[in-house]
Amino acid sequence: MKIPYYPGCTLNTVSKGFDLSARASARSVGFEMEELAQWNCCGATFPLSPDNLIALSAPAKVLANARKGGEELTTLCSVCYNVLKRTNAVMKGDKEKRSVINGFINEEYDGSLSIIHYLEILRDKVGFDKVKAAVKKPLTGLKTGAYYGCMLLRPFEDRGIDDSERPVIFEDMLKAVGAEPVEFPNKIECCGAHLAMSNTGLVTKLSGNVMTSAADNGAEIIVTSCPLCQYNLEQSQTALASATGDYKPMPIIYFTQLLGLALGQPVETLGFEKNVWDAMPLLKKKGLA
Amino acid sequence: MKIRLSGADIDGPRVKHIERVTGEDLKHCYQCGKCSAGCPVSYLMEVPPSRVMRLLQLGRVDDVEAANTMWVCVGCVQCYARCPKGCSVASVLEGMRQIQLRKGTGPTLIKDIPIPFLRKAPQQALVCGFRKFVG
Ligand code: SF4
Ligand code: SF4
Repeated sequence: MKIPYYPGCTLNTVSKGFDLSARASARSVGFEMEELAQWNCCGATFPLSPDNLIALSAPAKVLANARKGGEELTTLCSVCYNVLKRTNAVMKGDKEKRSVINGFINEEYDGSLSIIHYLEILRDKVGFDKVKAAVKKPLTGLKTGAYYGCMLLRPFEDRGIDDSERPVIFEDMLKAVGAEPVEFPNKIECCGAHLAMSNTGLVTKLSGNVMTSAADNGAEIIVTSCPLCQYNLEQSQTALASATGDYKPMPIIYFTQLLGLALGQPVETLGFEKNVWDAMPLLKKKGLA
Repeated sequence: MKIRLSGADIDGPRVKHIERVTGEDLKHCYQCGKCSAGCPVSYLMEVPPSRVMRLLQLGRVDDVEAANTMWVCVGCVQCYARCPKGCSVASVLEGMRQIQLRKGTGPTLIKDIPIPFLRKAPQQALVCGFRKFVG
């Protein structure tokens, strides 16, 4: 099974480990991610003001290009997923906007692509039972907090990846690879997102709330599917650790890195060296690396 | 606090303009407060989300524009996800930001963006941040 794949800007650069571990894991569970021959940045934000059609032209171009090569498109980054899926809904459902946007990007795209997140492929196409069967190194006893953030889930009308208030898709994946998912209240709360650019204090507070919530509930490691969440959560721990003496920073990694580890990829190929908070001591302690 | 209300403001062109740009019917909001309760940034907002809706219903556009609210909203869409009336304060605030940015009067200056952030941040943060706050 080959599935066309949109990496987006960040996965081609600072989050290369996310991309590589996902591609290798896909091969282990029986599908191939085929990067689009031509793609551009999705714009990294879905415009919430509906008259802002210019901001839809970049993601619509991505979709138009992807449709030339197939009927579905997968992506890993939560933001790319959100932007592409919502733009696709506009292209499909709004004739007037579709015609303006198509005129601008010089395409005839009709919204007929189906946008599926990598986690959805694992759940719906591969099946978590098959993922489980492919595991070579079960992550037994690894208490893992799955951080969803916003963009995988909201808004929910037939677009989110799972229930927007009580999602389980991440936890189900973690169970499949033998890890122990940890429930924590802030798993669907915002990390502060792009306010990292203009208001560090706010991001430190929101991300700090996420991290203390996870830590208080026993998490030893966090998995995410968004490079910006990953960055913000990592940054917040520096402030948390210096503000409260008893807070112990934990590694924050991409879910595919954990998946890759369980599926038997060599630990040095997973891209852990890019993390601010090193995952290796914990993985060694658990006998996983 | 005394508030002077006038029909000319309530149905005025500024409110209509906000409704057009944001795509929201402000009068749908019935002030249950769920948006403010769910908003992770309420604590920092000079005017919290539900009050944004109320002030705009009353034509008090200046009061909302003068507040920091639209510039600290992270666009997490929690307000919309939880609104029983289907109102999106997220869209209202984004539209109000857009109105400022289209005039070239947003408060974010490129020179103020910290250099370490520019060096280390994921690309998506820059693209998104510039779109939301610079124009
Ligand atoms: S949740 Fe909706 S109806 Fe309730 S106060 Fe907020 S905008 Fe108004
Ligand atoms: S989108 Fe803005 S107003 Fe709505 S909940 Fe998030 S931060 Fe609050």
